[in-house]
Amino acid sequence: MKLMKPKRDVGIIGYGAYVPRFRIRAEEIARVWGGAEDGLPIEEKAVPGLDEDTVTMSIEAARNALARAGIDPQQLRALWVGSESHPYAVKPSSTIVADAIGAAGSILAGDWEFACKAGTEALQAAIGLVGSEMAEYAMAIGMDTAQGRPHDALEYTAGAGGAAYIVGPAENALAILEGSYSYVTDTPDFFRREHQHYPQHGNRFTGEPAYFDHTLRGAQGLLDELGYKPSDFAYAIFHQPNVKFPQTAAKKLGFKPEQIAPGLLTNKIGNTYSGAAMIGATAVLDIAKPGDRILMCSFGSGAGSDAFSFVVTEKIRERVAKAAKTMWYVSRREVIDYALYARYRGKLVMN
Amino acid sequence: MDLARNWRLKDQRFRLEGTVCAECGAKFFPPRQVCTECKSTNLTPHEFDGHGELYSFTTLRSAPMGYEDQLPYVVGMVKLDEGPIVEAQITDVNPDALKIGQRVEMVTRKLRAYGDDGVIVYGYKFRPVANGA
Repeated sequence: MKLMKPKRDVGIIGYGAYVPRFRIRAEEIARVWGGAEDGLPIEEKAVPGLDEDTVTMSIEAARNALARAGIDPQQLRALWVGSESHPYAVKPSSTIVADAIGAAGSILAGDWEFACKAGTEALQAAIGLVGSEMAEYAMAIGMDTAQGRPHDALEYTAGAGGAAYIVGPAENALAILEGSYSYVTDTPDFFRREHQHYPQHGNRFTGEPAYFDHTLRGAQGLLDELGYKPSDFAYAIFHQPNVKFPQTAAKKLGFKPEQIAPGLLTNKIGNTYSGAAMIGATAVLDIAKPGDRILMCSFGSGAGSDAFSFVVTEKIRERVAKAAKTMWYVSRREVIDYALYARYRGKLVMN
Repeated sequence: MDLARNWRLKDQRFRLEGTVCAECGAKFFPPRQVCTECKSTNLTPHEFDGHGELYSFTTLRSAPMGYEDQLPYVVGMVKLDEGPIVEAQITDVNPDALKIGQRVEMVTRKLRAYGDDGVIVYGYKFRPVANGA
């Protein structure tokens, strides 16, 4: 038995998303650096403002999750932020978020890092904490303000955004966990060394041996362990570094385009790294109906995948409208040019 | 870096924590220890819900030290629904689109950073009300 499922049934009590309002069009990046003749991986990506970072974005997503959950923040016993863009090298983002939302005090808080799957790694831990009855509620956040080196392929897609989830007992859940499955190997497809500003990646090596191998094994592993086939799911969300990768993975697994379309946001907000699969799932929860089964499968370079199966409950009806919907954040947009993008992302040398 | 001073203000900055008079119900932000209405010293913490309307605003093109990176930015006076007027930056908005009386809500943003190796200070700003629910 490789399926992970706590003895106590747990689920998602509340969820919340956040995307900054600025967008840069991929064609604008291509205007500066060239490369449009080879095709562009997405339409546009989200860019954080000068006063935004992983902490501020996590705070807003966390407040949205609390609004939907309807719990007192002092009932949380853990708050974990998964990101590869924590503002401090040493000092937790999670303590700032916990204090800002009123959860500080009797609570675990810490930061997680696993390239793009740090958020779902935190979610697995939250499931374990609540499932073991060590805690009644725990919050897991996946959030990033990803950086791409100018003129690198990643510059087109490295976006900003993410989501927060509150895990709690199944009887209070808007979506109940059926089980999760994780698959991890040492695969150096993407990394950033200490003190380096931008990551390195293995170009095509990031595809077959990294993204596809782990995503397919993660998702298929969950399907096999639960005895489900793709048609048993109303929706599926995969990590989305671009548009093509999740579409290809879904097709190989046997999912239809309409099952993945509502949770595939990369074309409009870019790759939100630790937040990517998690925010895709919030867009799905916003439109899901009771009884819908949802598969969420992350991927993080280095490398690994976490796959989850949730079944939506009647409680979704009363909770969706208690906070801003994900597509509202996606549609809230102000397009900026490369000059403002360079300023907002700290790419101008000032001294 | 004023670590202690910034730390002491975090409840105000993170959650708009002021005080309420237990005798007459008057609410204060920033927190006061003596009620200006009834002179009572029986005040308890009160978390404002962060909603209000824009009372006045201006665009800064010359900033105090530590805030230059954000220029130009808008500073406004926000009349909270619960009474007090708060001075704060207005974010997520183009100054030309702002109107006095506009509904605004509190968000937590980066206020400033003490250089590249210093502490980052987070706190309240206000933005036009988001109605995305």
